[in-house]
Amino acid sequence: MAHIILRHRDIPELNTLPVYQRNGGFAAFKKAVTGMKPEEVTAVVKNSGLRGRGGAGFPTGMKWGFMDNNNWPHYVVANADESEPGTFKDREIMEGNPFQFLEGVAIASYAVGANAAYVYLRGEFWQVAAFLDQKIEEMEQAGFLGDKLFGTDYSLRIYTHLGAGAYICGEETALLESIEGKRGQPRLRPPFPPSFGLYGKPTVVNNVETLTNVPLILENDADWYKSLGTADSAGVKVFSLSGRVKKPGNYELPFGTTFRELIYTHGGGIIDDRPVKGIMAAGASSSIIVADEKALDTPMDYASVRTLGGDLGSASVIVLDDTIGIDWVVNKTIHFFKHESCGKCTPCREGNYWMQHLTERIHSGQGDASDVELLNSVARQMQGKCLCALGEFATMAVVTGIERFPEDFSVKTRV
Amino acid sequence: MRKQVRLTIDDRQITAPAGTLIVNAAKQIGIDIPVFCYHPKMEPVGMCRMCLVEVGRPIIDRNTGQPVLEDGQPKIQFGPKLETACTTPVSEGMVVRGMSEKAKAGQNEIVEFLLTSHPLDCPICDKGGECPLQNLTMEHGPGKSRFLYDEKFHLEKRVPLGDLIFLDRERCIQCARCIRFQDEIAGEPVIGFYNRGRATDIVTYTDPGFDSVFSGNTTDICPVGALTTSDFRFGARTWELKSTASVCGQCPVGCNIVFNTRREAKADGRIVIKRVMPRQNEQVNEIWLCDKGRFAYHYTENGARLSRPLVKKNGKLEASSWDEAAAIAGGKLRSADGEVVVLASGRLSNEDLFNLKSLADGLGGKALLYTQMGGGDLTARFGVGAGTNFGEMGAGTTILVAASDLYNEAPVWHLRVKGAAKRGATVIVANGRETKLDAFAKYVVRYAYGDEVETINGLQQKEKIGEAITSAENLVVLFGSDGLGLNGTSNLAAACAELVQGRAGKPNNGLIGVWPKANDQGAWEIGFRPTDDLSSELKGKTVYVVAADPAGDDPQLAAALKEAKFVIAQELFQTATADLADVVLPAQAYTERDGSFTSGERRAQRFYAAVPAFGESQADYAITALVADAAGVELADSAGQVFENLVVTVEAFAGLTYEILAETAEQWPVVGRGDMYYGGTTYENTRGLGAHLVGWGERGETASRPRVQEETELRPKEGQWLAVPVTKLYDQGLTVRSSKLLESHIGAATVTLHPEAAKRLGAGAGELVEISLNGTTAQVSVLLDETVSASVALLPRGMGLPISGPVVAGLKKV
Amino acid sequence: MSLAEKYPQEIQKIFAKYPPEQKRSAVMPLLYLAQREEGFITKGAMEEIAGMLGIKVTEVAEIVGFYTLYHDEKAGKYRMQVCTDLPCALRGADKFIEELCGNLGVKVGETTEDGLVTVEAVMCLAACDKAPMLQTQGSDGINYHENMTVDKTLELIEALKKSVA
Repeated sequence: MAHIILRHRDIPELNTLPVYQRNGGFAAFKKAVTGMKPEEVTAVVKNSGLRGRGGAGFPTGMKWGFMDNNNWPHYVVANADESEPGTFKDREIMEGNPFQFLEGVAIASYAVGANAAYVYLRGEFWQVAAFLDQKIEEMEQAGFLGDKLFGTDYSLRIYTHLGAGAYICGEETALLESIEGKRGQPRLRPPFPPSFGLYGKPTVVNNVETLTNVPLILENDADWYKSLGTADSAGVKVFSLSGRVKKPGNYELPFGTTFRELIYTHGGGIIDDRPVKGIMAAGASSSIIVADEKALDTPMDYASVRTLGGDLGSASVIVLDDTIGIDWVVNKTIHFFKHESCGKCTPCREGNYWMQHLTERIHSGQGDASDVELLNSVARQMQGKCLCALGEFATMAVVTGIERFPEDFSVKTRV
Repeated sequence: MRKQVRLTIDDRQITAPAGTLIVNAAKQIGIDIPVFCYHPKMEPVGMCRMCLVEVGRPIIDRNTGQPVLEDGQPKIQFGPKLETACTTPVSEGMVVRGMSEKAKAGQNEIVEFLLTSHPLDCPICDKGGECPLQNLTMEHGPGKSRFLYDEKFHLEKRVPLGDLIFLDRERCIQCARCIRFQDEIAGEPVIGFYNRGRATDIVTYTDPGFDSVFSGNTTDICPVGALTTSDFRFGARTWELKSTASVCGQCPVGCNIVFNTRREAKADGRIVIKRVMPRQNEQVNEIWLCDKGRFAYHYTENGARLSRPLVKKNGKLEASSWDEAAAIAGGKLRSADGEVVVLASGRLSNEDLFNLKSLADGLGGKALLYTQMGGGDLTARFGVGAGTNFGEMGAGTTILVAASDLYNEAPVWHLRVKGAAKRGATVIVANGRETKLDAFAKYVVRYAYGDEVETINGLQQKEKIGEAITSAENLVVLFGSDGLGLNGTSNLAAACAELVQGRAGKPNNGLIGVWPKANDQGAWEIGFRPTDDLSSELKGKTVYVVAADPAGDDPQLAAALKEAKFVIAQELFQTATADLADVVLPAQAYTERDGSFTSGERRAQRFYAAVPAFGESQADYAITALVADAAGVELADSAGQVFENLVVTVEAFAGLTYEILAETAEQWPVVGRGDMYYGGTTYENTRGLGAHLVGWGERGETASRPRVQEETELRPKEGQWLAVPVTKLYDQGLTVRSSKLLESHIGAATVTLHPEAAKRLGAGAGELVEISLNGTTAQVSVLLDETVSASVALLPRGMGLPISGPVVAGLKKV
Repeated sequence: MSLAEKYPQEIQKIFAKYPPEQKRSAVMPLLYLAQREEGFITKGAMEEIAGMLGIKVTEVAEIVGFYTLYHDEKAGKYRMQVCTDLPCALRGADKFIEELCGNLGVKVGETTEDGLVTVEAVMCLAACDKAPMLQTQGSDGINYHENMTVDKTLELIEALKKSVA
């Protein structure tokens, strides 16, 4: 099947304006601006069943519909902070298929009445930002951005904004704080961005991949998109496959593809043909799924993955084989979350620091059984108390790792 | 009024306005939900997660919009997670469980998290005894640590953020109260967080560090011992302290304070003041204080204080007895045949001033106010009405600040006017230069020094500003003495009074003088008046100078005093004036005696003796009674009695009693009780909120239209400068320079010039220039300010240069 | 020389991105500009930026402290930031950084004797399928280097050495 998101894999030089235009580029945006009311655009996206690809899976059209129309101006912000360990799809999209992404930003902006949109890229995407700046300039010159687009009264400008190294800025309110020139710490919610967002104005924040779907949805209509994927999860998804597989990479597949197909058919199987031990389907924030036969045959959509005690999240599938100790995995993830905890709320700030001491002790063989028990207790003590999801995420691998792979925690610890 | 909703908190049914946060709704019925980051004066942030409670809401039937019933009662659904009571607003039918097993467990777990990083050094911590973390640990903390002590995160324990505030990085629990106070309330975000996660640290990058005059407040609201003052650090244990209610004597705001005292071995067994703490008065200072008010009290315990009466014998002042000194002073006053001048300042209490005025009247002499600011007769008539409260002003109120640098002249008013602006009040600042309040003002009117009156008179003609003034529901006008002397301020006051005259007596309306001294307003009410030719008034007279140092301030006045017939000086210190005196009478500091001040808002407030008298010193009113007795005038010699005489004599005080001034009422937010985690360590007000003086409006009198006098214009010629006085919070004034702690904040004498003007003079920032004015020459260093006009030189008062008002001066490069 | 004197056009371009009343948004790009100078941000630069934005210098410092790509201390001309996070570590990143350090004779966090390279271990850089990988942060910005070996990295260092020589 031809790609929808990773279309550059089928069409060489799609990241140049002439090629993109020759392949239907900006037709959808023009159609929206010249022939549709903003709310009609939102309705199409709503009907398509498109859900947010950043991890939370919130229905995109519904989010657009929440914008407070009594408070102006409106903003659109593309979340290109891509920082979840195991996620590397947005960079490929922005480098390979930048115009489709930017067209998605433009259509979203038109749908919510925004005249300015920001693309927030993680600071490490320095070159990607420079590349996008160039593409934005080309669009301006070609009349796809700027004042009075397509002879209408609609104007739009897109700007890039570089972060500077903070996972937490992927959280949408922290991201907005960061654009405002503040420390990237999450805000209290509610209010949510569609009522109180950038500069206190209604704002839609969407992931890069989410927005990249939009032009083709508009072009091919909602039913076309809905026919792809499953009833619960419409359309296609870019799965970032990493870890102990032979061919890691991004794979664009319909929702509902099984783990087995992703790992074996596309990923070429496990290095040295070892058995799969565990799967983290949503990056470092994941529960660790025991990779038994049933799990491998489970379709990857939001609802099915949940039946395995996991979450699909941003579909960053990290594969663990039997050479990997789960105590080591947990030590790695906790190092990450301890490093990335913003420090705003007590349980996340103190809990991750505490857990890191425990995972370090356990992994290095210095711990005893009571340390494992304590680690589990501290993780559970954090759950349900943090200001944002980061603190909750940090506990997922710990709690499920200890619960589902107890032997990995007893081998290393002194009795 | 906001819609009221009904809810249940810990099985008690209450109603509260919709939108009230659960933590506050609970507090209003006496239920304490523990908090660290939440503070009732600031926006909720939900950071510390201490206030976790179970929240249930009625299930609403989607079709009918009505609650689903179960056994006739609405069915309540509790969420799977605990919620923070500090960020969750109440709603109809809500059920809150703050004491349930689940809620308690959640709260206990947060305390455990906080303690994993905390050094638990309570035995050496200044906060011990009044520490929210300590108290909540007793209530919620685990008995045993599950965290290995060796794995604690260690950080610096002695970090000076400035010279007044120390940070102990280990104790900090990252609640951000201090940072939010500086940002939201003080409007000076000079401290912030560095790093993130567990490494999050409080830092300041300003030079000097923690560059704000409100810094001390952060130590009151810090819920742990992370921020302490250099004043109190390792000074005493909080439970050893006695507290005495008082009123700050530094400026006309009249902040309510407490003196914490202790008998101390290192002070030879004397009772000494260990610290000044704010005392809640929501209509005056809320729960805040400026650093001058908090730290300047040390002047009262300076060892150089006068301890015995002195009498001049053979041209030299010699120690004497009270009997002898009073007899000589009284005798001279009696034999002066009415050629008597009582010269006193607003540093004195109402009681002191009333006795002095009575003495002057009894002898047929004059009672002169030693000040460079006029207009008190107008504030007495057009002052703000009873019930005035900056804390309640918001949309609909216009506040005009004319010729006043509130930040330096009356810091807590600056803070409260800024707060009103945040709530929607229209703030207009009119000044000859930029002041810190400009940043929060809706309109800034810049004039050339000398054009003050004209500017104020023209405000109503300006389109938007005129509208803001005339159509304001409430209008408060504050006028100060920035760039002005006695005549200028008198005229400015008249111009300002015109704006409010129809509103006199109404709450949140009227005129406020930003006086240089705490009780200038009281002095005016009691009948003291300044004179624009003090030198002539002093010559040849028998002069009784109290709480003023004319000789030290101005060589011309020193010369005039030398020509006086006889000089009696009543003071705390051996001032230049005391050096010239024939009799010197040692006065008690106001910390050593009872009395009352009248604030700039015309609120009379009592203060109480906190420490024993220094040496043989006596209260000013008592000394005056003693001297008066020898002069043949009978005066009361106890504070209470003097006040009783005052209220029957001075109409504005009619009806007041010490008991009325000592009355209190319930205040919101509730502070200073057992739950210090909520409002901080500010003291509850148990000794009096004070009472408003009766205004003309309330007396049913109509005020005549104030008239502005003509003033001769001062226009410097080519090569000359118009030197104008401005106020500096930390100046060489007696009460500041005698407090060691603030010495470094005083700095050297300066002159502020426009950068272009300085360039013409050939002087850069920080370089020395020579200034000549009023017959004196001095070297001062240059500061630059782009907002002053080109031929103007700003000179701070009280920095050793004799400048009482605008004057033509010469400047040249050294 | 002040940033305003040195980069007038860049600064103008940065400010053009944000609404005029939201100047503070420019703090992050301005800090990158300031970091071009010496590889870290001086207090003087923070003060200049605070002045441009009308905020307190402490508010600028808060940003420097929060984000890991801003540095307040001098390091090598290039920071060689190797991702050792979970997905890269599953593909040999830990071993890679150990061997690289061994070859360079430094420990993680240290700078080579010639002052050219500081080796740092960092969190996920979103290139998990191309591990081992690293980024170089220098005055010319940030560049990714993927599917690396120790040899390839040593070649890269040689190239960097030439480019600054």
